Amino acid sequence: MTEPALLSVEDVSVDLPTPRGNLRAVDHVDLTVGAGRTLGIVGESGCGKTMLSRAILHLLPKKAKLSGRVMFDGQDLVRLDPERLRKLRGRSLAVVFQDPMTSLNPVLTIGTQLIETLQEHLELDGAAAKRRSAELLAAVGIPAPEQRLTQYPHQLSGGMRQRVAIAIALSCEPKLLIADEPTTALDVTIQAQILDLLAREQRRRHMAMIIITHDLGVVAGRTDEVAVMYAGRVVERAPTPLLFKNMHMPYTQALLAAIPRIDAAPHTPLPAISGRPPDPTRPLQGCSFAPRCRYATGLCHREKPALTPAESPEHRFACFHPILAPAGVGA
Amino acid sequence: MTQDIRPSPPPDPLLKVQNLVVEYAVGGKTIHAVSDVSLEVARGETLGLVGESGCGKSTLGRAVLQLRRAQSGRVLFDGEDLTAMHGDALRKMRQRVQLIFQDPIASLNPRRRIGDIVAEPLVISGVRDPKKREELVREVLGAVGLDPSLVMGRLPHEFSGGQCQRICIARALVLNPEFVICDEPVSALDVSIRAQILNLLEDMKARFGLTLLFIAHDLAVVKAVSDRVAVMYLGRLCEVGPSEQVFAHPAHPYTALLIEAIPVPDPDVRPAESVAVGEPPSPMSPPSGCRFRTRCPRADQRCNDEVPELRELAPRQFAACHHPLIAAG
Ligand SMILES: Nc1ncnc2c1ncn2[C@@H]1O[C@H](COP(=O)(O)OP(=O)(O)OP(=O)(O)O)[C@@H](O)[C@H]1O
Ligand SMILES: Nc1ncnc2c1ncn2[C@@H]1O[C@H](COP(=O)(O)OP(=O)(O)O)[C@@H](O)[C@H]1O
Ligand code: SF4
Ligand code: SF4
Ligand SMILES: [Mg+2]
Ligand SMILES: [Mg+2]
Repeated sequence: MTEPALLSVEDVSVDLPTPRGNLRAVDHVDLTVGAGRTLGIVGESGCGKTMLSRAILHLLPKKAKLSGRVMFDGQDLVRLDPERLRKLRGRSLAVVFQDPMTSLNPVLTIGTQLIETLQEHLELDGAAAKRRSAELLAAVGIPAPEQRLTQYPHQLSGGMRQRVAIAIALSCEPKLLIADEPTTALDVTIQAQILDLLAREQRRRHMAMIIITHDLGVVAGRTDEVAVMYAGRVVERAPTPLLFKNMHMPYTQALLAAIPRIDAAPHTPLPAISGRPPDPTRPLQGCSFAPRCRYATGLCHREKPALTPAESPEHRFACFHPILAPAGVGA
Repeated sequence: MTQDIRPSPPPDPLLKVQNLVVEYAVGGKTIHAVSDVSLEVARGETLGLVGESGCGKSTLGRAVLQLRRAQSGRVLFDGEDLTAMHGDALRKMRQRVQLIFQDPIASLNPRRRIGDIVAEPLVISGVRDPKKREELVREVLGAVGLDPSLVMGRLPHEFSGGQCQRICIARALVLNPEFVICDEPVSALDVSIRAQILNLLEDMKARFGLTLLFIAHDLAVVKAVSDRVAVMYLGRLCEVGPSEQVFAHPAHPYTALLIEAIPVPDPDVRPAESVAVGEPPSPMSPPSGCRFRTRCPRADQRCNDEVPELRELAPRQFAACHHPLIAAG
């Protein structure tokens, strides 16, 4: 990477107290994202993707304990005072959630919400903010934007609502946008439109982006780098083309193999990953994937593999018995 | 208006849907959820039904089961017209046709134990002997990959989404039905669990000799399990044909658009930029002529004026389009 990192997540862990005991949702994660770059974070449900993004945004549940450093644009977000943090969020750091209603207020019109966000972070008068709002709606592909400004979220389709949420997130020209499963709730056609929209706005604004998804298909064509998470940890990380050409971690490979392929004949059995990820309140001593891994040995059950560099230093994986033959696409 | 469709019929149709029309009345307006749809499912076949959200897939499934009565048209199951059936006759018939829903957790009663949930269809259908019921429940739970002794006494919230879907499948299979309608059975599940459930459905189909109507909006998922696919748009059927044929050579522009929108897990395949223009119009006022014309790159005046009829363009492949992507041959 030529540019210095815009975001660097350093040894971040998140612990949540639960009735069943401590739950480690994120476990010693290190990540970097350069200005204008896109990082994809993939993994099964419950593996800590959302908790990691909330840790970056400092939007964790009240009882959560966060350790480590989150350096963003030269500041440590973990130690920033709440007022400065609030300013930063929405201004330089924006987020789009899976369910657009998480970020939209059901009782306010689209216009009011956009205008309020703009006026809170930028010094715009009412007329200018309104004009800018309509421009933003047009930019995210909403027809007749002036009329839409007067509508409420429930009057829009799911795809439209997600466009509005993106417009609000983009309104203050953030340096980093975190999109947590922005299209999981949407149809394939609308999903393609929203992902195109994010990519286009990113190029135009030279914005960095983190896309969280459990679909390696979404990540493949639309990211520069991928981090695969399992049971709270990053278990493989590489530039996207490298990862797909030469994935080392059995989990990454299993995740890819489980996707039904459009070029496979009907009734081809899918190589499913059996079982579920481990209970995060009962961490395993060894590799968290061991109970489901067909390459597991005694060593895997006893010790935790560290994230170590592969042939090229920007490719890292955590596995004692990596798959070394070129695998992945077409294999 | 009725379409004149003469699909070369599959060998032995177990289900025949003929010119089905289902509408909802909402605030004085009419939602045209299913408009003049005809299709057949052969015994032992899986027919995949795809289309964007709101296009009428679930409504069609519910109308087949008579959970929603159609405005017009017929539903022939094993030769008998379900739309003309009532009361006991219909209840009897329903034992042979079951439904699996999209949201596994929401479709299980949170206060009932798994053993009772799965036994319920048996109770309703009059299996009085509790021993017999337990035996059947144990057998079907085992078949879907759950340990009966471990799960029967527990409540739904103690299970993950994937496990709940297994329980729903067990409940649907306990009466030994012939036909199962799966309404987006894996849409709420993540990749790895999705693969487990798809494999399970395939196993169950072979083991119990089932015929399936498999509804989904994800084409790759549909292709993985279907012998033929039917594509719906805004209440109408656009295309029906053998899966391999339709995916390799889609005839309807909407089918092509759906295929292009699938994200491919290969970084060398650049996503086609903005293949999918716009969103579906409202089913309250569907466009005249071809309902897809407002989003179709090939639309012309004729598409505006005339409703395209389903035509056989390749062996067993039918499409309703004035300007199809493959020539009739
Ligand atoms: N508010 C909370 N209190 C306690 N535990 C939580 C809370 N939110 C999440 N968790 C737990 O933290 C772990 C990580 O959850 P997280 O939401 O980050 O997963 P995810 O990877 O985003 O999953 P998904 O793909 O389902 O969105 C899970 O075990 C989850 O049950
Ligand atoms: N009970 C209902 N009352 C009124 N409208 C309904 C009802 N169920 C579905 N609809 C409408 O009918 C259309 C088809 O819906 P549905 O069959 O659920 O589509 P799909 O399953 O393809 O997503 C949609 O416009 C939907 O909003
Ligand atoms: S460390 Fe062992 S158990 Fe873990 S992924 Fe590698 S081979 Fe499998
Ligand atoms: S009939 Fe016309 S509008 Fe409809 S799909 Fe065919 S070309 Fe497009
Ligand atoms: Mg999440
Ligand atoms: Mg539906």
